[in-house]
Amino acid sequence: MNTTSTVPVLEARHITKTFRGFAALDDVSFALMPGEVHGLMGENGAGKSTLIKTLTGFHAPDAGELRLAGEAVTFADPRASQNAGIAAVYQEINLIPERSVAENIMLGREPRIGGLIIDRRRLNAEAADLLSRYGIHVQATAPLKSLGLGMQQMIAITRAIALGARVVILDEPTSALSGSEVDLLFALINRLRDDGVAILFVSHRLSECYALCDRLTVLRDGRHVCTETTADLPRTALVTAMLGREREAEAAGGARSEARDGPTVLATEDLSWRDRVRDVSLDIHAGEVVGLVGLLGSGRTETFKAIFGAERADAGRIMLEGTPLTRHTPAISIGHGLAFLPEDRRADGIFARLPIRENLTATTLGSLGRFGLVSRGAQRQLVDEFVEELSIKCSGPQQAISELSGGNQQKVLLARCLATRPKALLLDDPTRGIDVGAKDEVHAVIRRLAGEGMAVLVTSSEIDELLAICDRLVAINEGEIAGELDVAGRSADDVLHLLAGAAEHAPARDRA
Amino acid sequence: MSDTATTHAPAARDHARRERLVALVQSRLALAVLIVVTLGAGAYFPNLLAPTNIENIVTAASFLGLIVLGQSFVLIMGGLDLSVGSMLALGTVISAYTLPYGWPVALLAPAVAGALVGLIDGTLIARAKMAPFIVTLAALLGIHGIALALAKQSMDLGDAGFFGTIANGEIAGINNMIWILLIAFALGALVLNRTRYGMALFAIGGNEDAARMMGVRVERIKIATYMLSGALAGLAGALLAARLNSGLPTAGEGYELQSIAAAVVGGVLLTGGVGTLTGALSGVLLLGLIQNIINQIGTLSASYQQLASGAFLLVAVIIQSLLSHRRGGE
Repeated sequence: MNTTSTVPVLEARHITKTFRGFAALDDVSFALMPGEVHGLMGENGAGKSTLIKTLTGFHAPDAGELRLAGEAVTFADPRASQNAGIAAVYQEINLIPERSVAENIMLGREPRIGGLIIDRRRLNAEAADLLSRYGIHVQATAPLKSLGLGMQQMIAITRAIALGARVVILDEPTSALSGSEVDLLFALINRLRDDGVAILFVSHRLSECYALCDRLTVLRDGRHVCTETTADLPRTALVTAMLGREREAEAAGGARSEARDGPTVLATEDLSWRDRVRDVSLDIHAGEVVGLVGLLGSGRTETFKAIFGAERADAGRIMLEGTPLTRHTPAISIGHGLAFLPEDRRADGIFARLPIRENLTATTLGSLGRFGLVSRGAQRQLVDEFVEELSIKCSGPQQAISELSGGNQQKVLLARCLATRPKALLLDDPTRGIDVGAKDEVHAVIRRLAGEGMAVLVTSSEIDELLAICDRLVAINEGEIAGELDVAGRSADDVLHLLAGAAEHAPARDRA
Repeated sequence: MSDTATTHAPAARDHARRERLVALVQSRLALAVLIVVTLGAGAYFPNLLAPTNIENIVTAASFLGLIVLGQSFVLIMGGLDLSVGSMLALGTVISAYTLPYGWPVALLAPAVAGALVGLIDGTLIARAKMAPFIVTLAALLGIHGIALALAKQSMDLGDAGFFGTIANGEIAGINNMIWILLIAFALGALVLNRTRYGMALFAIGGNEDAARMMGVRVERIKIATYMLSGALAGLAGALLAARLNSGLPTAGEGYELQSIAAAVVGGVLLTGGVGTLTGALSGVLLLGLIQNIINQIGTLSASYQQLASGAFLLVAVIIQSLLSHRRGGE
């Protein structure tokens, strides 16, 4: 780390950003020094993306200020922050795939003859110079899309540096890369660090952060938890900081292990999908709530999708009450009595422009009426039933779902799942982004369903939540089952140790 | 690290080479088909290859050709211009009205009118974020109405003088329209491939958000490009008026779709970001050639011409789809 300069190249001071009364960032301060690689850590909803969007001018903070090399600045839009030397490289590459590497690097600064006609020879030569300076071995004339994703990211970084960027923000750059691509990217990052560029590195792969970062900052629930040099923050402390354990007292209710005595409802055997889910075997019994506990990117969401048929598993078996599900689609899964509540409500769940009624009955329209016509009466009855049962706060079935609070939206989606009368429920982070009161209500619904004999597989970014609602926890790390414990009598510490252990003892990944 | 790089380099280079081959097929397929069809049909119909017949084919195609030039720019940028056919018609009428003020006015006024239409279309599309399909469809209908309001039927230009010579005269034994077409495409190719404006067109069509983040002034360039397309359509109208010595309020019907068909047959992607003017020109000439061949057969009605054009378009789109899927699968 280059310590000659003590003025942060980019600093956020007491930044607060609120969306609809929900504080995505709450008084967050953070400083990025020249020549350091700074890891930004946190689970879903911790505020990482909001912080990045504030630093890059997508959001204006409600309170607090940004300082660039000691001077207060405000960015009107992303281009303003870019012009100030802050470059963000996202997983989704912001380049032109159909054009050559050289054209992408030089777009807008093409050398011209007589100020008009582009000099292609010089354009390619200048791009080739830049590429070799940063040790990137690709032909400048190759079409960008012929390169792997990692190389495309490196081209994006090269372009940013060539335009004078002093801060490079890398948002989960490695999540789609192969092992050798990661090595090349890290080599480039180290070279930039030596040149005095500040790098903000966001990744949920702890081993990468420990390998690369000089300092780590942890956010949780929109708040700054800590900033430490990497050496001073052991893994267990980092995982604790990321997941928190403030509500420990309420956790771990009465002994519930008797739930496992019921018959197996949902089982998977050696389920695999790409390299994200590896030989996952699970048994969920009637009346049992099983928590799949893992950090972001551990393969928990992918496991849910593979079971539900939203992604086609490469190998393994899925049994639902003894019926095998193979080559199944979500429609088939629903028909067999499986229901799935996706993690990302906005992207995969709600029909934002439709009313509650249509949102709630979307999966059950076929059974509400005859001759292919939907019976309004039957629809109404179903909606009323669930609005009451889950106490969904709304003005009526015709209210647009987008007008509801996040918690009530989530209850509508939960009702949609339950309306199919499933035998097993898959709940992917069911309380993400909803307020505490609504969380408790959702927890109560889940416990009640289990009491009625439903088999539930659930995941969450909050340990306390899993302790509160689950009978049994299964830890997943890098797509593999890493351990299991009965919840009865356990504390959050036990779970954190299970997780930290899983992260520490994970087998070396073969990412290639 | 350098070890990894060197072991990966040959594979990457192979991949890049394959990509270039695909690009070559995409841009030159229409030209190859054009040559093959010309020679093949020439063996059956000796008249087809007669210099006067070839000159007729190209001259007849030159008006659509100028429109295709503008349409290709718009398509490469990821847009669409449906107003070009009726703009050509309006262009012929404006020429008829303005010829009394001299041939330069009759030649340029339609182009200026087309640029104005493009300015309106482009502003609505770029600034008000309206869909190009709807905006230019409205323009198509509106302009058609204006042309018909200005001229109930075709207007005879009388003695057009030099204005007529522009589209009927010859230089070095070759019709002026052919020269105009070739020069326009050559200039267009230079602009498209060797200026920052051209690079920006490909960037916007390839990934508009990325282009904006890379500093391209997306809105300005969109407006300018719709203006260019409109101006070329107006100019094509002026030249058609000069060629036929009349203002024709119903000329160019269907040209909006034919121009898209010609560009797509020539390898311009409707999704934007990909295309060459060599391909687009080959596409225009191929459509003209098909028409001529059907005429040579004589016994076939004109509807076969549309059938054949449709078949070529479909085959072109299927090939493009196969090419892009092959890539997507890797």
